[in-house]
Amino acid sequence: MKLNRRHFLGTGIAASALLTAPTVWGQAKPKVVVIGGGAGGATAARYLAKDSDGAIEVTLVEANPIYTTCFFSNLYLGGFYEFEKLQHGYDKLTGAGVTVINDMATGVDRAARTVTLAGGQVLPFDRLILSPGIDFRDGSVPGWSLDAAEIMPHAYKAGPQTQLLKKQVEEMPEGGVFAMIAPPNPYRCPPGPYERISMVAHILKSKNPTAKIIIADPKEKFSKQALFEDGWNRHYAGMVEWIGPDFGGGKVEVRPEAMEVVIDGEVTKVACCNVIPGQKAGKIAEIAGVTDDSVWAPVHPDSMKSKADENVWVLGDSSAQGDMPKSGFSANSQAKVAAMAIRGELTGSKTFPAKYSNTCWSLIAPDDGVKVGASYEPTPEKIASVESFISEVGEDAALRKATYEESLGWYAGITADMFG
Amino acid sequence: MTTARRSCIAAVLFALGTLPGASEEIGDAARGADLFARQCKACHQIGEGAKNRVGPQLNRIFGRRAGSVEGFTYSRSMARMGADGLTWTLQTLDAYLANPKALVSGTRMNYRGMAEPEARAALLAYLRDWSDRPQDIPEPEPTARKTDPDLAPEVLALRGDPDYGDYLASECQTCHQADGSDQGIPSITGWPEEDFVIAMHAYKQKLRPHPVMQMMASRLNDEEIAELAAYFATLK
Ligand SMILES: Cc1cc2nc3c(=O)[nH]c(=O)nc-3n(C[C@H](O)[C@H](O)[C@H](O)COP(=O)(O)OP(=O)(O)OC[C@H]3O[C@@H](n4cnc5c(N)ncnc54)[C@H](O)[C@@H]3O)c2cc1C
Repeated sequence: MKLNRRHFLGTGIAASALLTAPTVWGQAKPKVVVIGGGAGGATAARYLAKDSDGAIEVTLVEANPIYTTCFFSNLYLGGFYEFEKLQHGYDKLTGAGVTVINDMATGVDRAARTVTLAGGQVLPFDRLILSPGIDFRDGSVPGWSLDAAEIMPHAYKAGPQTQLLKKQVEEMPEGGVFAMIAPPNPYRCPPGPYERISMVAHILKSKNPTAKIIIADPKEKFSKQALFEDGWNRHYAGMVEWIGPDFGGGKVEVRPEAMEVVIDGEVTKVACCNVIPGQKAGKIAEIAGVTDDSVWAPVHPDSMKSKADENVWVLGDSSAQGDMPKSGFSANSQAKVAAMAIRGELTGSKTFPAKYSNTCWSLIAPDDGVKVGASYEPTPEKIASVESFISEVGEDAALRKATYEESLGWYAGITADMFG
Repeated sequence: MTTARRSCIAAVLFALGTLPGASEEIGDAARGADLFARQCKACHQIGEGAKNRVGPQLNRIFGRRAGSVEGFTYSRSMARMGADGLTWTLQTLDAYLANPKALVSGTRMNYRGMAEPEARAALLAYLRDWSDRPQDIPEPEPTARKTDPDLAPEVLALRGDPDYGDYLASECQTCHQADGSDQGIPSITGWPEEDFVIAMHAYKQKLRPHPVMQMMASRLNDEEIAELAAYFATLK
């Protein structure tokens, strides 16, 4: 059978319902404003502009002129990727027909359907997409606040923080202690903290082999745990100590001035401390009033539309959708479903049942990559996982190397998919 | 994207509307809680602080090896099944609840079994709530039953529809670059359609080994695979 995508099924097609689109041709074009030019927002803006062929006016509001990906920032830390390669500009999105405004969104008036920017500009919208990533919950790690991030970096929003953490690790005194305060669930990138530990261990193994790593963790279990623990034993034997909640890993306090970490009452002097605090939806989602008590923004599983407002969509880390982990891959996948649904509402284009997927690669040591992934479908209640897989302990070196190389391909692929 | 194509679309403008969720919840967890209280609780604890009693505590049972709760002494039969690789999933737990002795002949669980499939589904949904959440740990057992990739007739009627091709292909393009570059992930642009179709079916049947591709292919039906083959063959 030969199919050609340029074939049209002009008459045979089951035109189920006639269009009820609010747009009247000839009137002003419908406007979509996207806040946040990251994994969710950039993808959504690009697909809306590309697939609507100019029928929708797409404006992307992004605080930073250059986006630094969190994904692969751990590899930068480990010396496997250059910082410059984590950075992406918005020129190609502009070329694709997206109006990119480099400013901070400070207000959302859902009744008037406007967004206000720090610079004073007011943008009207027909549909609003929020993909602002995460912010940190105040007080989640006693003794730490954003003011202390210059001493004890979070490095959980990529950029100068990531560079600072790398510098600190490389400058650790011989035999010093690296501490990580791991975050409680849910947070962005479930395997992220543990991939980071692997990368720090890789640096220390060659530069500072008597150094120690401790992880204070409030969680009983973490993603890819068996794979990471196996890898740490094989590559960094005796270096990494994981302190779970049974041993006080959830009862921590940090003292940035003194460079001390207190775990279950026991004080440890540390040379470097990476505090990854508890997280919540990006502030603008809260300002827009689409978050709930969970501090995340609930969405409809079949479209990513906010449950609080039928003209607002929330993508990526900020959304509460069900089973998908907060990852760049998830945000990108959700953005495509959202772009399709919004186009459907504004231009009457066809919509199809939502499909979502995610895969997260992690690097444990040179050429030792692992991955975990799942496919998801909407149920009436949530986005539910329907199938999953994970790398196995004991895979041969060739497979692990291929997995790592595949992650490089994924990085090239997703950044091209986001930014054009 | 050509204007010709767009005007064609305008001519056949229609809105399918978003279809209801395709996959199914495991079951009614509220009913499951009630069943648990009446039929299981005498021997098993679940939830915060659950301890082993006559039977092992049941937190995190999904994805766990049979016979592996620390500090609990199992029947030899159950321990052997665990050693042989029995893992608790939706399918294995369902079979065990239906008739414990059918799955583990020498189990000490003194329970006749639960005949009604819906009741088992409800109980499983309740037990699932106390296992790992994929949002936090992406690898755990699924939380919903996967539906067949068989699609509704309205969707099948879209075969050969460029919009549907666009949408399906967007999922591939998170990893496979449209312009055909390949760095670590092969290019799928410009393949002969037949080769594409054969490769996808080989993943779907799990003949080709890659887990991501097996998963992606497993939820595509024949028409969708053909659609994608056509899409990528003609992609410029
Ligand atoms: C160390 C680490 C490693 C990771 N590794 C991976 C990985 O390997 N694979 C993977 O899939 N994911 C990974 N992630 C997760 C991934 O980075 C996030 O899940 C993803 O970026 C979420 O996308 P988003 O669109 O929700 O938010 P983001 O990508 O964070 O984008 C949000 C954007 O919104 C902007 N913004 C926020 N508020 C405003 C405002 N009011 N006005 C204007 N702009 C605003 C921000 O500047 C930012 O650019 C990792 C994360 C970390 C921290």
